[in-house]
Amino acid sequence: MKSKAMDFTFRYGSLMIIAFVILFFSLWNENFFTYGNLTDILRSISIVTFVAIGVTFSLTVDGFDLSVGSTVSLTTVVAAALMVWYEQPLYVVIILPLVLGAIVGLINSLLIVRIRIPDLLATLAIMYIVAGVHKTFTKGYSIYNNMQLTDGTTAPGTFDESFLWLGQGKWLGIPVPVILMIIAVVLVHLFFTYTKYGRQMAMTGGNEEAARLSGVRVKRIRTAAYVASGVFAAIGGILFAARVGTGQVDAGASLLMESVAAVFVGYSVLGAGKPNVIGTFFGAVLIGVLLNGMTMMNLQYYTNDIVKGSVLVLALAVTFIHLNRKKQ
Amino acid sequence: MAKASKGLNMRNIGKSFAGVPALSGVDFEVRPGEIHALLGANGAGKSTLMKILSGAYTNDSGDIVIDGGTAAIRTPADAKANGIHCVYQEVDTALVPQLTVTENVMLDRISAPGGKGWLRWGSLHREAESVLSQLGAHIPVRKRVSELTLAEKQLVLIARLLTEQARYVIFDEPTAPLSLDEAERLFGVMQQLKNNGIGCIFITHRLPEVFRMCDRITVMRDGRRVMTAETQHTDIEEVVREMLGRSFAEEYPKTDAVIGSTVLTVSKLSRARYVRDVSFEVRAGEIVAIVGLVGAGKTELSRLLFGADKKDSGDVRVYGRQLDLSDPASAIAGGIALVPEERRKQGILVSESVGRNLSLPILKTLTRLGFISKQRETRNAASIIERLGIKTSSPALQTMYLSGGNQQKVSIGKWLSTDVAVFVFDEPTKGVDIGAKSDIFRIIGQLAEQGKAIVYLTCEFTEAMGIADRILVMCDGRLAGSFLREEATQEQLLLYASGGGEVNG
Repeated sequence: MKSKAMDFTFRYGSLMIIAFVILFFSLWNENFFTYGNLTDILRSISIVTFVAIGVTFSLTVDGFDLSVGSTVSLTTVVAAALMVWYEQPLYVVIILPLVLGAIVGLINSLLIVRIRIPDLLATLAIMYIVAGVHKTFTKGYSIYNNMQLTDGTTAPGTFDESFLWLGQGKWLGIPVPVILMIIAVVLVHLFFTYTKYGRQMAMTGGNEEAARLSGVRVKRIRTAAYVASGVFAAIGGILFAARVGTGQVDAGASLLMESVAAVFVGYSVLGAGKPNVIGTFFGAVLIGVLLNGMTMMNLQYYTNDIVKGSVLVLALAVTFIHLNRKKQ
Repeated sequence: MAKASKGLNMRNIGKSFAGVPALSGVDFEVRPGEIHALLGANGAGKSTLMKILSGAYTNDSGDIVIDGGTAAIRTPADAKANGIHCVYQEVDTALVPQLTVTENVMLDRISAPGGKGWLRWGSLHREAESVLSQLGAHIPVRKRVSELTLAEKQLVLIARLLTEQARYVIFDEPTAPLSLDEAERLFGVMQQLKNNGIGCIFITHRLPEVFRMCDRITVMRDGRRVMTAETQHTDIEEVVREMLGRSFAEEYPKTDAVIGSTVLTVSKLSRARYVRDVSFEVRAGEIVAIVGLVGAGKTELSRLLFGADKKDSGDVRVYGRQLDLSDPASAIAGGIALVPEERRKQGILVSESVGRNLSLPILKTLTRLGFISKQRETRNAASIIERLGIKTSSPALQTMYLSGGNQQKVSIGKWLSTDVAVFVFDEPTKGVDIGAKSDIFRIIGQLAEQGKAIVYLTCEFTEAMGIADRILVMCDGRLAGSFLREEATQEQLLLYASGGGEVNG
């Protein structure tokens, strides 16, 4: 009886919490449950969701990637600099950051898969290196239209209109980043559910040795997962630049925490018990709703960290209680 | 039994696990200053008996008597207090690798409660040195244990036992991982202990060592003691006979497959000291068993054939084409499949469903336009489940809920839809019940009938004699003998597997 109740809590608990939080804020403030505010929430979580999809990849192969936040910061300022400093065409502005994200992923996988440094330590080091690179590149300044350069002149370029559309535009009344996010969630879900490589990633994460002895080329699979992690973080960085319209230094600093929390909330969505992209999306929704609602309640900005941390701890507690219970 | 006052006596020891008796009425005696061999096939009860003596298990019945007084041994600490120590094969678990040789040898002294608080390193080093040199071992005492060879670590462990006033030492297969020279040196040390009046219990599978080193021999079988004798009053043949007993009448459904041309050719395959210069051939439809004792190198050989470990030299051919053995995926592409020994860790993914396990090696063929066809996947799973008689409520059930035998069938079944030519089985019947066992033999027989080449590695000689066309005996990483099914006897197999093949010519 008790274990049935536990199973039920694990399956539906996180969805019920999301519903409860939405209900709570709706009753608290009449402006909360409006079309405008709900699309706002979705737009605000679109970037986190992209980064969290990347984290879902690395966790699926039983790895971890701490460097995603720094990768967001790097790709944000690179995308901005390509337009403002170097006046590059749109396709360069989009492709180069993606390539950079892939390179960070490749370096991570080189350290983790080939040299066999534990994932947390390797990506911790890379997190600092990438953060340092992005600040060195911008000399610590954010990048914006008509900014003053160090030689006293004004920056030659400006943010491209169609680039800004990616972060700020609407299509059929729906914000473009929200559309992109939904497409990404659906595609990645299809990837994990119906493709060979998605299946092999799940198997590698489940038991690397058994997967290897079944003919899965586990090194390649793990490498691919870290590259995906870097690329999705880079997409997050591009969207960040497009949404804000500047190249903020340290843009991704808070995103590591939020995306990890989203993924672990996702563990328990519908009782999955493992990383899954649909759950990740709902995890991001929960965090977005909480932050939005708290802003409406005029709570001090810095309490956000307390809430985010608590959500992560709670999600981890639920997940590990469940996993350990299953083991016995 | 008046003179039994000196020495260690285990009397009428009984022990059951979950109602299954592991030991019944075992008597075992060790005198100070003797080396006493404890022999028996796998599962005869040697280790259970020794675990009782060293306090890891407690006995259900019987007494342990030391020097005439009953000793209550319930924990490893009790055993140590009575002067009983162990040298396990896994010496690493007993040593602290980051510390120096001195610190390890003198561990007891250093960590003893009520010490003065100051350590006098100079005298500690000197003492450690003197204990080691008593053993004839010259190991720099300031070196870290992690930098020592396995043989040196054993010596450090033995030196520590001496500082702890050991009176009885259990050697549990200490020579299995050693080279000949290293084993020689260990024998010297055992001789030394014996001269110091310490009673040694020596567990090993290598019979020639026993006859060289030991004063007395005790043989166990099926949880009972079947023989104790002075070494000079017995011989290898008698010991082997006692180890095997005479009660084996298991039935094996051996089907006669048509044996075709050579499929698998292995030449001079080597990896470190685990597998040395192994060469053999297997033909289509032929079942070749490779038997050997635990630690003979069978599992290592199977992993080499499959590219799971890196070989040092040698090559493997299938239909004359040399295989790329850089990883299992390449070996599979070349036509070899492995059903590994540790099925729950290596053979299947326990938290995945039966269906997903069965489709893992053939995802490519199940994929259409980039997507896995659920229909094909379901059909494949259903057909294998039916063909092998896997008992599962549904293909979607997680494999962790299956019985051991059914898990093994999944581990085999995942290869059935591939087109590999060679199947390697490593101890496939380990831990499965009788019914599933004969199912597995039947499946292997069917594969042979289809013209697959089968390599069957096992330490159960009766199994090998039951299903194989040919039996190769492995000992210390080498192939020591080759027999046709009709000409093999258990005695001979065990003799060769124990390194006695050369002794008897």
